[in-house]
Amino acid sequence: MNKRSLVSAARWSCVGIAALLLSGCNLELMSPMGDIGAQEKSLILIATGLMLLVVVPVIAMTLIFAWRYRASNTKAKYAPKWSHSTAIEAVIWIVPCIIIAILGTITWRTTHALDPYKPLAHEAKPLTIQAVSMDWKWVFIYPEYGVASVNELALPTNVPVHFEITSDSVMNAFFIPQLGSQIYAMAGMETQLHLIANQPGTYAGLSSNYSGAGFSDMHFTAIATSQQGFQDWINKAKASQLSLDDQTYHALAQPSEKAPVTYYTNVKPGLFNAIIGQYMGDMKMDKIGDAPAQASAIPSPNDHAKAAE
Amino acid sequence: MFGKLSLSAIPYHEPIIMGTLLMVCLGGAALLGWVTLQRKWGYLWSEWFTTVDHKRIGIMYVILALVMLLRGFADALMMRAQQAIASADAAGYLPPHHYDQIFTAHGVIMIFFVAMPFVVGLMNLVVPLQIGARDVAYPFLNSLSYWLTASGVVLVMISMFVGDFAATGWLAYPPLSELKFSPTVGVDYYIWALQLSGLGTTLSGINFIVTILRMRTPGMKMMQMPVFTWTALVTNILIVAAFPILTVALALLAADRYLDMHFFTNELGGNAMLYINLIWIWGHPEVYILILPCFGVFSEVVATFSGKPLFGYKSMVYATAGIGVASFVVWLHHFFTMGSGADVNAFFGISTMIISIPTGVKLFNWLFTMYRGRIRFTLPMLWTVAFMVTFTIGGMTGVLLAVPGADFVLHNSLFLIAHFHNVIIGGVLFGLFAAMNYWFPKAFGFKLEERWGKASFWCWVVGFYLAFMPLYVLGLMGMTRRMNHYANPAWQPYLIVAAVGAVFIAAGIGFMLLQFVVSIRNRAANPDLTGDPWGGRTLEWATSSPAPFYNFAVLPKVDELDQFWADKEHKRAYPQYAHYDDIHMPRNTGAGLIMAAFGTVFGFAMVWHIWWLAIGGLLCMIGSFLVRAFDTDVDYYVPGAEVEKIERARLVPLHKLIENVGPASAGEKVA
Repeated sequence: MNKRSLVSAARWSCVGIAALLLSGCNLELMSPMGDIGAQEKSLILIATGLMLLVVVPVIAMTLIFAWRYRASNTKAKYAPKWSHSTAIEAVIWIVPCIIIAILGTITWRTTHALDPYKPLAHEAKPLTIQAVSMDWKWVFIYPEYGVASVNELALPTNVPVHFEITSDSVMNAFFIPQLGSQIYAMAGMETQLHLIANQPGTYAGLSSNYSGAGFSDMHFTAIATSQQGFQDWINKAKASQLSLDDQTYHALAQPSEKAPVTYYTNVKPGLFNAIIGQYMGDMKMDKIGDAPAQASAIPSPNDHAKAAE
Repeated sequence: MFGKLSLSAIPYHEPIIMGTLLMVCLGGAALLGWVTLQRKWGYLWSEWFTTVDHKRIGIMYVILALVMLLRGFADALMMRAQQAIASADAAGYLPPHHYDQIFTAHGVIMIFFVAMPFVVGLMNLVVPLQIGARDVAYPFLNSLSYWLTASGVVLVMISMFVGDFAATGWLAYPPLSELKFSPTVGVDYYIWALQLSGLGTTLSGINFIVTILRMRTPGMKMMQMPVFTWTALVTNILIVAAFPILTVALALLAADRYLDMHFFTNELGGNAMLYINLIWIWGHPEVYILILPCFGVFSEVVATFSGKPLFGYKSMVYATAGIGVASFVVWLHHFFTMGSGADVNAFFGISTMIISIPTGVKLFNWLFTMYRGRIRFTLPMLWTVAFMVTFTIGGMTGVLLAVPGADFVLHNSLFLIAHFHNVIIGGVLFGLFAAMNYWFPKAFGFKLEERWGKASFWCWVVGFYLAFMPLYVLGLMGMTRRMNHYANPAWQPYLIVAAVGAVFIAAGIGFMLLQFVVSIRNRAANPDLTGDPWGGRTLEWATSSPAPFYNFAVLPKVDELDQFWADKEHKRAYPQYAHYDDIHMPRNTGAGLIMAAFGTVFGFAMVWHIWWLAIGGLLCMIGSFLVRAFDTDVDYYVPGAEVEKIERARLVPLHKLIENVGPASAGEKVA
């Protein structure tokens, strides 16, 4: 039994170390920088605390019963026939039911409150960013500014951001851990996500759904900055030599790994819908031409003029 | 002539694979040579390969599972090593294409070819004995199920050396698994290996449902079945309900890849979400298919070693059935982040939490079985206590993941990986190891020795905590699963600890193998003379160890729960009769093995598009089934005189033993 207690001591010290680390500030999910992430953090803590009400007694009882009723302890009471007690049965069904009822209520409420599709209640006008996952990089389109970027996005702090997300390849998931929720990116479909950054900073973003050989490098930087900083970033993109039309889009969509941060100006209007439209078969939607040669016929100068507005 | 197959399919340029191939060839040659030298081929063929005896089929399932555990764990070690060194965007030693196959193979092998065969093997070994039956309802079908599982294993193993395996993750989500993004044969190996073994599993599900419903010994009512049999019944119902969905999902994926259809492609109206739904409608019940029989194991072990009947038997049965039903309405919690509405997400989140209620009740039932017991800390009991602590933690993190708002940040992170290893290792694997130590004497007639078994136990438990607790932390640090390398150096220390944990587990596996070797070598020191080495309560302990091929000379009469315990108390256990009836038994047959062999040929030919061979393999498979179907010489009678001889040889010395040491606890003291 000596070894037993030794190892259980080791186990508890592991738990202790884990708790120590959890209290540190290097846990991204426990140091959220936006309101959604903050709500999710407190949800995790509340739900965990609620469950610990059952989990701790169960673990304690397991160890205590195991020790107390060991065969060598002949002083402990032995009831070799006892196998039923309506009172105990009632308690062990009712207690978990109560906890799950509480947790279920919390779940119903928070699932609606944190619904990624729900616009955030905020006085500022939301910014729309369209995110496209490709093999193996992210393209972010700012339709209101006619600019786009690869593997870097900027967002003003304290402004709700409406992400429209799709994929031009396999499934991925758009995720900035410190800002909160993730959502899948799927070809031929648009998913949505509403996030907000309340603290300026540079946050890691990534694809959290495995998408093939280049997946590990499919991360990006999310820069949360002041309104001025954001405007500067937009201007930097606008000053880019590269424009994003059908032809450059096709080149960009080719599989590549560790794509460097790149900015585009003069993004073809409706590009995001056209990316989705590629997969929509006969449905009447904007489409990107199948081959660059064909594509060059589609964009007209007027489109670019509109984009500049 | 050979479809896509050519000599270039062998990955000569991969030193790790070629080294493994060399080892497998040498080891295989040594094994085959040894069997030949010992002249054991005839014995193996007639006593094992062609057997329809549920006990031997069960043993073969477990051996298959343990061999594949070594393979699946080798994959795990390689992944842990890669992630421990590939920090700050270092490349590590495994290129993505190889690493991606490894994590896919690890998942596929551990679920389909370790946990499943282990669980099915246990049910094979134990269920007919617990219900007082002479075999399963369809003994030939049982043998076919086993060999189909083995053919899945063969295809997965071949994929390592000829061609490649899927690099898609263990559920092969499209569109990544479609031809456009996975043009090599890897996904085809995946499809055909799982189709063959899945067919075997479905057949075995049907077999066990019929066995449990129709073949119980006279007098045994449903509510008098041992809890392990109950969990086996519910599990097999889940198998029959869920596995056809897997078969269909994979068939549709195959149609996409082979027939240019578009069920799950990006284009032409295909929709990958359909596959993801289908695969999880199978996949979630699948985890209960694995864990429920293990709950049954813990129930048997706790009651036996606490020296008490199981607390709340009825609660346990209803909880098991409740979990079985509820497991079909929770699948969407695997993809809350797909963009379903809040109502849908909340429904599936709450239905998932509801499962934790009967599961929690089970834990309390085991606790109150220990309460006021006389607990003997044998190996099965040690595994059970470790399970109760570990599984509680895993259950808690599982319920946390079931809260959509929490899952939005934890999904696909290493927190998720830690959670499901927490329940699958801490629940399923610990349960299987408890079962292995518990029922080993029933299978072989001697106990596993405890010394190395305990060493293995401690290494596994410590290794598990070291390997997976850091993964919870990494999940909270935003590290996602399936990364070949990563930029954030803050993750590395945790991954190094996890790798150390994996080394502990490796030691645990090593000690387990040592435990087998030492136990077999010293088997004379640990004999089970009574057939009841632990002071058991249920019918499997009423017969000898190893059980005779007919299980029970006279079918036991049952009119209460824990019949054998009552018989021992009333000194009417081990009855000896003056006269024995002839016993009707099934004859051994090689038909299952032959059909599965043709099935393997068919699968291999389909993988490589060798159409003539595929058609030939399929026709031969059907043909050998027809030959079997028209075979009328499938059974025989064991003469009563022979039964009497076997029984006398056991019972005369046994009764002497019991006179010397007293009845109820005879087993325990004698052994």
